[in-house]
This record gives sequence, structure tokens and C-alpha cells, in this order.
Amino acid sequence: MATAETTRKSRWRVLLSRAAVPLLAIFTALLVSAGVLLIQGTNPITAYLALGEGAFGSQTAIIETLIKTAPFILAGLGIALAFRGGLFNIGVQGQLFMGSVFAVWVGYSVELPAILHIPLALLAGMVGGGLWAAIPGILKARNGAHEVITTIMLNFIASIVINWSISPGGPLRAPRTVVPETLPVLESARLPALIADTRLHAGVIVALIAAFVVYWLLWRTVSGFEIRTVGANPSAARYAGINVGRNIVLTMVLSGALAGLGGGIQVLGLEPYNFTIGFNVGLGFDSIAVAVLGGIHPFGVVLAAFLFGAMDAGSRLMQLRTKVPIDIVSITQGLILAFVAANLIIRQLYRIRAEAEEGPVSLSELWGGEG
Amino acid sequence: MDTVFFVGILGLALVKATPIAFGAMSGLMCERSGVINIAIEGMMLMGAMMAFLGSVAFDNLTGGGLPPTASLIFGLISAMLGAGLIALLHAVLSIHYKVDQIISGTVINLLAIGITNFVANAYIDPNGIAGVGVFPVISIPILSKIPFIGPIFFDHAPLVYLMLIMVALLQYALFKTPWGLRTRAVGEHPRAADTVGINVNRRRYINVTLGGLLAGLGGAFLVLESVGRFQKLMTNGRGFIALAALIFGKWTSVGALGSALLFGLSEALGVRLQLGDINELQALVLLIGLGLLLLALAFAALKLIRRGADKRSNRKIGVIAFAGLAMIAAALFVNWPPIDIPVQFLGLLPYVATVLVLAGFVGRAIPPAAIGRPYEKA
Amino acid sequence: MSEPVIRLSGVSKHFPGVLANDKVDFELAAGEIHALLGENGAGKTTLMNVVYGLYAQDEGKIYINGREVEIDDPNDALAQGIGMVHQHFMLVPVMTVTENLMLGHETTRGPRLGLLADLDEKKVAEEVKQLGEVHGLAINPDALVQDLSVGAQQRVEIVKALYRGADVLILDEPTAVLTPQEAEELFRVMRSLIAEGKSIIFITHKLKEVLEIADRITVLRDGKVAGITTPSETNESELAAMMVGREVILQVEKGPPHPGEPVLRVEDLQVKDLREQMVVRGVSFEVRAGEILGIAGVQGNGQAQLVEAITGLAPVEDGNVFVDGKDITNLKPRAVTESGIAHVPEDRHKHGLVLGYPIDENLMLQTYYLPPFSKRTFIQPKAVRENAETLVKEYDVRTPSISTLAGSLSGGNQQKVIVARELSRDIRLLIANQPTRGLDVGSIEYIHSRIVAKRDEGVGVLLVSSELDEIMGLADRIAVIYAGEILAMMPASEATKERLGLLMAGVQEEPAEN
Repeated sequence: MATAETTRKSRWRVLLSRAAVPLLAIFTALLVSAGVLLIQGTNPITAYLALGEGAFGSQTAIIETLIKTAPFILAGLGIALAFRGGLFNIGVQGQLFMGSVFAVWVGYSVELPAILHIPLALLAGMVGGGLWAAIPGILKARNGAHEVITTIMLNFIASIVINWSISPGGPLRAPRTVVPETLPVLESARLPALIADTRLHAGVIVALIAAFVVYWLLWRTVSGFEIRTVGANPSAARYAGINVGRNIVLTMVLSGALAGLGGGIQVLGLEPYNFTIGFNVGLGFDSIAVAVLGGIHPFGVVLAAFLFGAMDAGSRLMQLRTKVPIDIVSITQGLILAFVAANLIIRQLYRIRAEAEEGPVSLSELWGGEG
Repeated sequence: MDTVFFVGILGLALVKATPIAFGAMSGLMCERSGVINIAIEGMMLMGAMMAFLGSVAFDNLTGGGLPPTASLIFGLISAMLGAGLIALLHAVLSIHYKVDQIISGTVINLLAIGITNFVANAYIDPNGIAGVGVFPVISIPILSKIPFIGPIFFDHAPLVYLMLIMVALLQYALFKTPWGLRTRAVGEHPRAADTVGINVNRRRYINVTLGGLLAGLGGAFLVLESVGRFQKLMTNGRGFIALAALIFGKWTSVGALGSALLFGLSEALGVRLQLGDINELQALVLLIGLGLLLLALAFAALKLIRRGADKRSNRKIGVIAFAGLAMIAAALFVNWPPIDIPVQFLGLLPYVATVLVLAGFVGRAIPPAAIGRPYEKA
Repeated sequence: MSEPVIRLSGVSKHFPGVLANDKVDFELAAGEIHALLGENGAGKTTLMNVVYGLYAQDEGKIYINGREVEIDDPNDALAQGIGMVHQHFMLVPVMTVTENLMLGHETTRGPRLGLLADLDEKKVAEEVKQLGEVHGLAINPDALVQDLSVGAQQRVEIVKALYRGADVLILDEPTAVLTPQEAEELFRVMRSLIAEGKSIIFITHKLKEVLEIADRITVLRDGKVAGITTPSETNESELAAMMVGREVILQVEKGPPHPGEPVLRVEDLQVKDLREQMVVRGVSFEVRAGEILGIAGVQGNGQAQLVEAITGLAPVEDGNVFVDGKDITNLKPRAVTESGIAHVPEDRHKHGLVLGYPIDENLMLQTYYLPPFSKRTFIQPKAVRENAETLVKEYDVRTPSISTLAGSLSGGNQQKVIVARELSRDIRLLIANQPTRGLDVGSIEYIHSRIVAKRDEGVGVLLVSSELDEIMGLADRIAVIYAGEILAMMPASEATKERLGLLMAGVQEEPAEN
């Protein structure tokens, strides 16, 4: 019979073996990308050093890394939460946009003291993202529409609608500007700086708090248990008396709210405190890699987000120094995802034995409707 | 509204539908074999890029001595190879490494986006190369002169004809040949196929790769049909729309063509609207009406070819057709007030249509039974 | 003495963690029905899958008619004249009989285009129909497999093997899904095939059948040959002992019931299935406290939907369900659970457990939202752990720890987890649906004894099972369901296999006292 002692020891071992694969995946991906750089004619070491320096080489660099990490954390949490619920929410991009727009609008439309205005604006972000995610959630729960495609379509729809709203004649367009953008958020709604006169804004703290909240929600509350059970085995969940449809919608809404919050901290925390075209595109897909790399666990997501944030922050210096297009970072991130997902490759390469792992149900099983 | 306009729109719809149809057929090859393919987008993107690079490379290599069509054909082949390779990667990840097929598809999409953006930024000067030109339009001698139908169907770039031929070929092959029988068995009940000696995984590998070739054709079409150059992310979601078309078409190529025409029509109307040809609201009604009619035709064709469709389909087809005709009539003969729908909103149509289709507002769809599960012998 | 048709010599096959076949020697003589007997997990199906080419053996040789052969895939097996009818049918439901028979071996017409040639379905349909008639197996070539009855599907499977020219037929647990009468029909077909010169290997775990039909019997236990004998030289107890390796009590020990007030009352229940067909048609019965009511019937006669309707998982079209007098018709599953009903479901992997969860989370699956497992929406890990440790000990679940994932447990232990969870609550009624399907003898014995113990505590038990032996051994009263109706209800003492068999096949009895 297992004692508490052996359970704790084996938990550490499991944790270690779980960390091995992602770490090796990162390493292997960097190796492959180095190969690509060599072919392209760049010295990979110079490039990676520049990357590292751009991410950690100075206070400004570290601040940039942290700033870029924060939205990754939130979007990654959103995706991880959805995964745990058995759903693949690729709509984080659109939900993020919606969150940003809602946050911006509350940011410049009402006048409140900062202590009320900031939470309200952040809440608006969550509402925006949550509502946008509710649509595919309801369609899945009631009609069995697979969320992979519906969320991607809603991404496009969000882009188009928002672009229209900030283009000439649109309802959110700031008057007398040349570029399509909204009015800036009022002073009272802007996230305070953590270190005076720097770009480091409180959104980073918000993101970290969110990670704890999500952990607590999933493993320490009844709701979280229900969400996870629906993700692990929807039929058994039904038998256990859980309302599967309601949980699908709840999961999507929470997931979207996290993404919306991610969008919110971007507009409330960074200059020029408004919403404009080309804003945070691509965050959505990259966050998938963050979530999977982080083992779909809130704490892992934070670590993975940090890595991706660092890579993004450092890529500009890398491009400056070595003329390598920053897309090499995307390729590396894609490779990381590939290697983590196909962890068998890593295991075979480095001869690691597989441990039985807890994981959400295969998303593919829900392709044809109810499991 | 005159016939020329009508004919023009329908012809354009067929053109716009072509890449979607290729994408849907790509999905068909995979999904009928039991492998989910959400990477059609990535495969098409790779195909588009390779089509451009291939033709440019060929042109440079041969110094422009050969007729331009030759480099275009080389571009086509490169597209198929590029997309095929990436499809093979999807196959390896999901069949051999048993990665969840949706994740595997996402990985492919991410990689494709990363690679094509990288190459575009590194090697393709947006203002430099004038483009590789496009395939010439081929008018089929007698048929294209038939009033009304002629210009719609028989006055197109060769890839459009290829697509139509593939649709017919695939429909036949899937239901009337050993290949089709085995493919369907592998997708519905792979263990049963295994017990009669069919190599399930090999069939899946081959079909997925062939699907990649088709997606490559779709991507190539985007480059070699209208713009003649590659632009970053030029697929713009078509791969996912193709997937919706496949689902809506009940995993048959004829059905997928019908759905693709619907999506192509929405795109065509959007284009025409930007040119100021028609009053917005009228366009909307016309689109919906035409779409419904096309849908009904596609389903009717499907029913003729394939026995075993559900019993309520006759009535359903009739209703759809009637609704379609009614709306077309309304569009043409009612005096519509000029309501201003923002131009961008018509670009929404394909995406909204996809969501509606998937929400099952137009009928539930049942995928191949064994889809999404890696096959294990034990 | 002629060469045996098939001879296996020293065949071993192992999978990660288990040696399924351990140097097995086996012989099939020409023209015989040879039974391969063993309990679930003994290695019978694995051995035959090796013969049929689905697995490759790790060591050992296969001889066909004296010649050593390599069988790498089913095509090789079929080429050698070996056909197999699997326990779970290997037919594609959405295809026709003809398409299924052609699969892998298609007849085409027209130009030789290989895989892209035109299928000649008409010709095959003709051949299939004739083949069926010749062997007395009526089948309709144009029917969709999913529309066929289970017995009809099995006939298709047999014709499929014959169509490919099999001289040897391997039948894997063929009677698992048949009524006793259909099983007799199958035996008749088997004898006629033997008369035509075929040879048959018959895999089963049912002792009575083996004694009835087999010419020779090979018993497997834990992957090894435990004995080879003939029906005349042995009996049920001996065979059971060979199968399990120890004395087996074939009859469940149970005292007389002391039935009290009705705990469950079902009145005129009508339930539709997913295809909108009425599959439960006006069923009425009651289960009293302290008794076991067994519902016997071949799968597919409405039992599954009946149980789902009672437990709130399927909607009730008409009629009522009462527990302790309270109307629970169409209440949500949670409300049903809270009125004191425990449910051991038919499909333990789909409905009973979350395989990806550890045992302790599985053990609170039904009541996780109540104290002690949660207080005001927060889960109490200590309570969860303690509950798990207690139950694992009490119900003898063999596991390294309570954090082990349910998916790593054996079938028997998985079922014990479910039983532990359901029986440890304060319940008035236990519904057990096929509770011992696919389990080893030890687990079967254990679960049966637990069910009887619960009955003796005053709980009412509704037992649904297609294993007649289980019903007859456990139930105090027996009802037979056929085509959605209860055809008869009787005390266990009045039930015989023949009587139940007829009822299960739909043969009504003359109206007597009911």
C-alpha cells in the first residue's frame, strides 16, 4: 500500500521526467533552427547570442521580456484551460481582439478614479473575450459544431468587424487621425508602472495572479473538477451527473475571458494606450505552442510563456545585428510545438522511458460530435 | 440587372470556388481514410509559395527560353511536391508518432506560416519581381459558345477544368473502385480492413500524401490564377473554409463542390460589390438565393449518383431549391432600397456561412466512424 | 494417422508486460470441432490471431498439413485456407454485405486498372447469395450491415470466410451474442460444415457448450496449455479447475432472500432509442428491498435503454419510475443518484470510470460535490485521499497506490473500483448492468459475493445480464426481456435454461399465473 512518503517521492520523479521532454524539445528545436540559419548564411551562435542579449542583456531587455511574457501567459492559460475541458480554443486571437476593444472602449468612455477604472476596464476585457468565446461554445454544446473551425472563423470575423470599426466612418474611430485607431485610454484606466518610468506595467502581476487562480480553479474547486472530467471523459461526466453542455460553454467563456484579459492588459499597459491595426497578430497561434509546451498546466504555461516572451523580445536585436528575419523565431516555436506534441520523437532520440501521464481526452475524439 | 453581369458573377464564383474545392478534396482524401486534416490551410500556403518559387526558379534556370506556360507547369509541380511533403509530415506525426491529429494539424499550420513568412521576408522582394504571370484562359471550342452556360463553365484557366475533372474522378473512385472501398473501410472500421489483409497505415500514409498534392494544386491556383505572385498568408482561411465545405458536402467531392460554389459565390459577390456593380442589399439576397439553388443542385446530383442517402433528402432538396429560386426572383424583380452595407461586411460572408454550416443549421453531418484515432494492431 | 490440418509447436507471444502465449502446442485434426477453452485473458484469442496472421509469434512454428508456413498477414492465412470469425464483428456497418465481402479481394470488370478498376458488385452479390444457399446460411447481399440483426451479421462473417475459400474456420466466442436457440442453430451449421469437410476451432469460456459441441478440448490457462481432453473424459468441474488452476465454486453461495417493501417500481415505461424507435414498450416490474431481480435477455432487446431511463440518462416517453414511492421519472442523473440509487454501468471504460484520472478521483466521481469531498465549492484533498485508501483496502483493489491512473488497472480491478464507489454509499437500490463481462473468474466471484452481501443488507438489486448462468446463479426472481417487453416473470426456482432460452428468443408462454 502506498504511503504518503512514496507518493511524494514518485511525484517528484514524475515531475522531473515531465520536464525532461519539453526541455529537450526546446534544445532540439534550437538545434534545427541553427541548421536553418546556417543554410541561410548566418552564424547561429551570433544570432542566438543576440537573441539572448536582446532578452536579458539589460534592464530594458528584461522589462521587454516580461512585457511580452504577460499576454502569452494569459492567452496560454486560456488555451490550457480549454484543453483541460476537452476543447481546442484556437479563437484566442479573436477573443483577445474583442477583449482589447472592450477594454479600450471602457477606458476612454467613462470617468472614474483609477482604483475603480482599471478593474472595470480589465473586467470589460474579460467580458469581451468571454462573450466572443461563448458563441462557439454554445454552438458546440447545442449543435456539436467543432470548435476548431468555428473559432478560427470567428477570428476572421472579429478582425473584419474590428477593422471596420476603426476605419474611417467606423464607430470606434478616433477623430482626426490618419491611421485607423481608437481614442487612447484615459489616464485613470492605465495600468500603473511597476518600476517608475519604465514600460513594466502591472499587467505582468495580473498575469501571474491569473495563473494561480486558474490552478486553484481546476484542481481545488468543484467547477474545476467538472471541467476536467468533461475533458477527460464526457460520457463518464454525464453519468456522474455533470451537465456537459453547460460545462462546455463555461469552459469556453472562461478561456475567452482569459484571452480577453490578455488583450486588455496590452491596451491598458502599453503606449500608445489605444487599439490599432496590426495589433498583436499571431499571438493566438503562438499561445497554442505555449500551452502545449507548458504541459497544459498553469505553472508550466508561465514558464513556457517566459521562454516565448524572451524569444520575441530578443528577436528584434537579433534581426538588427544579423539581418535574420524574425520569422525564424516563429519557425523555432513551431518546431518546439512539434517536438513536444510528438514527444515520442524526443523520447526516441534521447532514450527516455514514458511515464503514464494524466492528460485531457484526445481532442480528436470529439470531432464527430458528442464523445 | 443583365445576363452579362449574371454570367460574370457565376463564372467568377467558379473560379473562386476552385481553390476551396481542391482544399476540400484534399481533406476528403485524409478524412475518408480516418485522419483528421485541419492543416489544409498550411498545405495550401506551402503550395502557393512553392508554385511561385518553382516557376521563378525554372524561369531563371532556363533563361526565359521556353514558353511561359512551361515554368508555370513547373511551378505547379513544385507546389504539389511542397504540399505533399508537408502532408507527409502530418501523416508521420499522426500515424507513426500517434500525435493527436488536431495538434499535428496545428503544428503543420504553424510551421507552414513560419516557413512561408520567413522565405517571403528573406527572399521575395515585394516590389521586385513582376510576378510569374498566370495560366492563360482556355476556351473550350464549341461548348463555350453555348448561351449562358458556355461562358460560365467552359471559359476558364486549365486548373479550373482540372478541378472539375478531379471532382468527378474522386467521386467515382471513392464509391466504385477497390481503392475507394478500401479507403472507406480504413476510415470506418480499420480493424475490419486489417483482418482482411489491408495495410491500414500504409493506405493512410498514401492517401494523406495524395491529399497534400491536391491541396498544393489549390494553393498553386491562388498564385498562378490571378495575382501571379506570392503574398504572405494569402490563403486567408480558405483551408478552413475548405474543411467546412467538405463537412457540409457530407464527405463527398460532389457535395464539397456544391459547398465550395456557395463560398466562391460569396467571395465573387464581395469582389463585384467593391467595384460598385450592384446595390448591396440586392446583392445579399441574390447571393443567398443563388447559393441555395446551387446547393440543391449539388445534393440532387449526389443523390442520383449515390444510393443510400437519407430518406428525407428529396423533400429537403426541393425546399432548398424552391427557396433559392424564390430569392433569386425577389432579387431580380423587387426594387431594393439602397441600404449601405459596409463593403467589408461582404467579406464576412464566407466565414459566417462556414459557421452557419457547421452549426448544423443545414443538416447534421456524420464523419467516417474511425476518424481521429490512430490505428494500433494490438 | 493423417497429419493434423494445423499444428502449432512452441508458440509464444508476448506484449509489453505480459506473456500472452507461453510455448503453446496445439493441434487441429481434419474434420473435427476443437474447442479452445479458457477464462478471459488466458490467451485464446491471441493464439488464434497468430494463426490468422494478425500477430507474429515471438517463437514457435506453424504447420499446415505437415508443412511449415509463415503467416505474416490475414492474406497469407486466407491463402492457406484459414478463415476467422471474430468476437467483435469485423464488418463495416455503413457498407453493404457485398461490399464487406469484396473488401481486400475485390472483383472488378473492365480495363485492368488495378486499384482504380470498376467494382463488379453484381457478380459478387450473385456469388454470395449462392454460397449462402449452399450452406444453409440465408443472407441478403444488398443489406447494409448496420441494419442486420446480430445473428445475421454472424452469418455474414461465416460466409465471408467461406467466400475466401476457407477450409478451416476459427470462431471466437460466437455464442456471446446469441440466444440459446440461436446457439443451437449455429451448432447445426457447424456440424454441416464439418460434414462438408471443413475443420473448426471454437474459442469459448462457456463450459456447457464445450461439452456439447466439441470433439476435443484444449484448455489454456495464463498463456500455457493446462490440459487436452475430450468431452467424454471430463466434466464441468474438472474443466473449470483446469481453467482456473484451483477448485472453483460454480454456484454462488447465497441464502434465501428476505424481501421487504418495494424499493423500485417501474410502471408502463416507454423509451425511445437514438433512432427514434420505441425500444422499451410498456415495461412494468418492481424490485423489493433485500431481493435480486434479474432481467435476462440477449443484448439489444431494450435493456440498455431501460436502465438509462431509470437512471435519468435517457428521456422517458411515457410511464413512471418510483423509488421508495417517490416519482423520479425523467429526473436528472444527479437527482436519481441522490434518491439512493447506485449504478454499475455496462461500459466501464466509457461511463464508469475516467481512465485518465487517478483512483482516488474516480472513487468520488458520483458525489464529489458533497461533503466530505467538498466544502462550499472547494475540494478537500485529504477527504478524497482517506476515502480512497479505505475503499481500496476494503474492496481488495490491487494497485500500487491510490494515485495510480485507472487506465493502468486490470479489468477486474477497474470494475472493483466502480463497485466500491457505488456500494459504499448509502443506497436503497443497486442497478448492475453486465457487471462481470470480460472479467477473470476471481473477480467474478468477488463481485457476485458483494452483490449478494448488499442484498442481505436490505438493498434492492436490479441485475441486468446476458449471461444466463449469472442470472440463474444470483437472481431471486427472474424476468425475461424481449423486443422491449417483459415476457415473463418467475421465481428463480421455476427457471430453467430451456424455459428462459425460449423466452429470450421471443417465444411466448401459454398464459399462466404471472
